[in-house]
Amino acid sequence: MSHLTYEQSKTIATKTILILAAITVFEVIFALLGKGYLVEGFHIAHWITGGVMIVLSVVKAYLIVYEFMHMKYEVPGLVKTVLLPTLLLVWAIIAFLAEGNYWNNSRVKVKNPVAVQVEASK
Amino acid sequence: MASVSMEHAQEHTQQGSDWQGGNEPFKASYGKLMMWYFLLSDAFTFSGFLIAYGALRFSMPTWPVPDFVFSTFPGDIHHKPLLFVTVMTFILLASSFTMVRAVQEGHRENKQGVVIWMLLTIVGGFAFLGCQAWEWNTLINKEHMTVKVNPFGTHTEAGVYIDGDGHDIKEGDTFVPGQSYLIHKHEQDWAPLKYKVTEGANAGMVKEQSFGPKAFGALFFFITGFHGFHVLSGVAFLLIICLNAATGLYVKRKNGYEMVEKIGLYWHFVDLVWVFVFLCFYLL
Repeated sequence: MSHLTYEQSKTIATKTILILAAITVFEVIFALLGKGYLVEGFHIAHWITGGVMIVLSVVKAYLIVYEFMHMKYEVPGLVKTVLLPTLLLVWAIIAFLAEGNYWNNSRVKVKNPVAVQVEASK
Repeated sequence: MASVSMEHAQEHTQQGSDWQGGNEPFKASYGKLMMWYFLLSDAFTFSGFLIAYGALRFSMPTWPVPDFVFSTFPGDIHHKPLLFVTVMTFILLASSFTMVRAVQEGHRENKQGVVIWMLLTIVGGFAFLGCQAWEWNTLINKEHMTVKVNPFGTHTEAGVYIDGDGHDIKEGDTFVPGQSYLIHKHEQDWAPLKYKVTEGANAGMVKEQSFGPKAFGALFFFITGFHGFHVLSGVAFLLIICLNAATGLYVKRKNGYEMVEKIGLYWHFVDLVWVFVFLCFYLL
């Protein structure tokens, strides 16, 4: 349970929602900017925009879990039992995306004639 | 016999053994703790879905561009990429904030505050569901996407259209690789446009627009549908708990407004999942 007063927690909640809203607006504007919708002819490499989006989404997740869901004020044991298992996902993401990429490469080699043409025209 | 074991138990309790029960090592009630573990398992379910989305997306030579697919807005407004889903995100964020406020009012036993903030949260939940219904309706009835057919394709070659029956596309329009298109449906028939390739090894060939990766529709409807179902059941529980709070049920309880806290955890989790659905489907 938190040791904050009612007024303090109210301020924190307001501050958190404003940060979350600001991050969301920034994400959308950055995505559109990176893809060249806002400034004619201006693009940002996909891996940069993607990386920034992923980092910002993790920040949003942190704010929601730690402030809104009060994880910040729970005892360390609870925090660990809930959050540590999610680290398993890191490998799941790496492994499955690599696997997907491998399927894509195999598809080009094996049977999709459209994809073969794409490859040939590069 | 019974009295002997009772004595034993008492001895242990006096010694402060952790294994005699009655302790709260995590300083959280059973219900709240189990809500956390339920949410953890639910997080794995959603992660499984989103990772499957990622794997299938990586396995395709092309993938529908979100700024093209999600660019309509109520009132027959088109070509406004991501505007509508941003509105949806804000609705859900706002409802998360009102939920925080309801929990805070619960901590200071303010019944009226709890009910008012929970009602606002419920309104937010319904607003989000309404938006999602509109989005699905547009995709299904106007753009004819289904779990099996994905009319959102991407050009892999440069070319020029030689017949132009698409709403935005005229005969003679040119396109470059990476450009998106939507295959229209007339009456019951699909009407893919014909085009001539202008560059590369296939220059001069006449081709027809092909459908986009089939998995897109199924992934979109299942994942956003599963999330929407979480929102829907969240709204149902919010309604029940709001009603209980309004009738003063929680005033009498030893743990006060803890039910509000538990549904609050669930509701924030739904918001949390949306952050990642938003990331995977709309931003990346």
